[in-house]
Amino acid sequence: MFAFFLSSGLFLGWSLGANNTSNVFGTAVGSRMINFRTAAIYCSVFVILGSVISGAGVTDTLIKLGSINAMAGAFIVALASAVSILLMTRAGIPVSTSQAIIGGIVGWNFFTGSLTDYDILTKILMTWVICPILSAIFAIILYKLVGYTIKYFKIGMFKLDLLIRYGLIIVGALGAYSMGANNISTVMGIFVPVSPFTDLSVAGIFSLTAAQQLFFIGGIAIAIGVFTYSRRVIVTVGEGIIQLSPVAAFVAVGAHSIVLFLFASQGIEGFLISHGLPTIPLVPVSSSQAIVGAVIGIGLLTGGRNIRWRLVGGIASGWVATPIIAAIISFISLFFLQNVFQQETYRPISYRVTQENVERINRAGIDTKNIMDLVGKEFSKAVLFKDALSGKKALTREEQNIIMKYTKVNELEVTKEGIAKVDATWITGDQKRAIQVIKGKIFAHTWLFEEALANITPQWRPRENDREYNKELTHKFSYIYEIFRRDTASMH
Amino acid sequence: MGFRLLKRTSGIERDLDDFLDQVSRSGLLFQSAIDSYFKDNLEAFERKTEEMIEIEHRGDALRRSLETQLYTKTLIPESRGDVLELLENMDTLLDHFKGAVWRFEIERPQICVEYHDDFRELVSCGVEAVEATVLSCRAFFKNVDTVADHMHKVIYWETESDKVSTNLQRKIFRREDLRLSHKRHLRDFARYLEKIADEAEDVADRLNIYVIKRSM
Repeated sequence: MFAFFLSSGLFLGWSLGANNTSNVFGTAVGSRMINFRTAAIYCSVFVILGSVISGAGVTDTLIKLGSINAMAGAFIVALASAVSILLMTRAGIPVSTSQAIIGGIVGWNFFTGSLTDYDILTKILMTWVICPILSAIFAIILYKLVGYTIKYFKIGMFKLDLLIRYGLIIVGALGAYSMGANNISTVMGIFVPVSPFTDLSVAGIFSLTAAQQLFFIGGIAIAIGVFTYSRRVIVTVGEGIIQLSPVAAFVAVGAHSIVLFLFASQGIEGFLISHGLPTIPLVPVSSSQAIVGAVIGIGLLTGGRNIRWRLVGGIASGWVATPIIAAIISFISLFFLQNVFQQETYRPISYRVTQENVERINRAGIDTKNIMDLVGKEFSKAVLFKDALSGKKALTREEQNIIMKYTKVNELEVTKEGIAKVDATWITGDQKRAIQVIKGKIFAHTWLFEEALANITPQWRPRENDREYNKELTHKFSYIYEIFRRDTASMH
Repeated sequence: MGFRLLKRTSGIERDLDDFLDQVSRSGLLFQSAIDSYFKDNLEAFERKTEEMIEIEHRGDALRRSLETQLYTKTLIPESRGDVLELLENMDTLLDHFKGAVWRFEIERPQICVEYHDDFRELVSCGVEAVEATVLSCRAFFKNVDTVADHMHKVIYWETESDKVSTNLQRKIFRREDLRLSHKRHLRDFARYLEKIADEAEDVADRLNIYVIKRSM
């Protein structure tokens, strides 16, 4: 069964390789500076290296696909995303993988009656507009800068050719590396907790953890996608929108990397905050949107007459279509899987309003007068509870979200086996000891669990004005919930 | 791989410089050969002719090797076509020098002493025009911004060459004591020599377009 579910992850990996290679090597191949085969080799090697060495572990997965709480559901979401990416790849359109996946998740949300975070949808809309514009601006600035540099240093034709070639390979390889590192958890992450692999020592030189072995397989799936099916999208990015000169090719991929780095990097934000500098607003960026924006930016700089706007329009509609298609496929497939094949595609999540919860909500600064009539009630689906809350006019959307957070039923039991499973290297000693203190206890809500731990050690308490730390803490909690969660299905 | 690539480009740059050197040398030799011809030093003239033929062969070999390298090693993909055309055109100039010296060798024109200076000037204009073209070419490969510094000289020498040639032809046909066949023979030579600067100008015009294309 594991192998069967894994197949959809591998399919997603393959389609990711087929579509996203163009982001890092498209312009290089389009300008004929690097041939397809060389680009494919570099891309594959660095994607695999990135996946295995820097592949973000279990933690990031939980954020991306965390809400999907059954294997069959994850299988369908991955499958729906892969199919929609494949369709776009066939049309030669570079699309964002994460948006396809979000589309798949939205389909799952509709099917299961879970709530969709509309902020995510606004963010996606923003990436379609802001990311290409930012990228185009950066491409124009960088193009001018590179132009001045060539003039200033009097770089000859052949020397320039050589430098650009190296530049394209280096930028491409780095891009491929981060493509592997950032995406492998989306492709393989959901399978990490159920993987049958054990740690493997390779000739005693280095060892691969079970997750790394899984990521290696995913990396290979991406690499196969690169080799077998990526040419079409590469042609679109590299020569379809405009015919790029080698310098323009380098500038485009460089601008795309800068935009991704500056606007998606929490590292930079952390650095700026710690030095008391104003931070760059983190806008949602996506690799495919960035590269297309950069290429258009260069086209505009040279007058804009060469840009094939019809194709640009096609790409834009592809961006809109991708999440929608993924959502529809996901919804329909879940219906079949659930009703025809009798597979559990989700674990129902209920909401229970108790006196204890109301007190906690009160402490969060929300006037609970309005919801007193709900005490003692239980809602089997998020949408039902949301409807009940929406009826209360006095509550803002934010307040509703807080109420839902504290009433969500997520039963946790701190078992001995669970404690043994907790990764000791990642969780600090104090944190682990705190967990041992509450051994054997059962919690109906996660907030009760969090409070219990926070009472034992300050290491489990969120810190003020330390976003990095609090985010890490959230990751740790999510990880621990997965371990201690009681099977709620059996309790109903 | 890195060092191999570095060597490869520097090799191409060397070959290219070498090729342009041949064009430039061919011009200087041509000038000197014609001078020997006028001084009736046929031995020196023939030696220089032989040398020019060798240079032309070497130029051909270099051009072919450059063309092969550019294609097999997929260098400068966007300018490759232009560079190949430029090489062919420069080679034509080389051929033209050789052709001119051969014509002198085969036809042995009887050039009256009073026209020697005009012919010398005409040759000089052609050689200078080609030299300026060679410099423009080098600039195109090394520092595209300085191409214009040499390009205007090509135009200047071409205009000079026109003037000298017209003047010379006029003088030839104004003389009463020469046979028409002799006059026409001399005129042909004047025209042939004039064409060197013309061709240099054509090459420079094309080069100008390549420069515009590169700067976009």
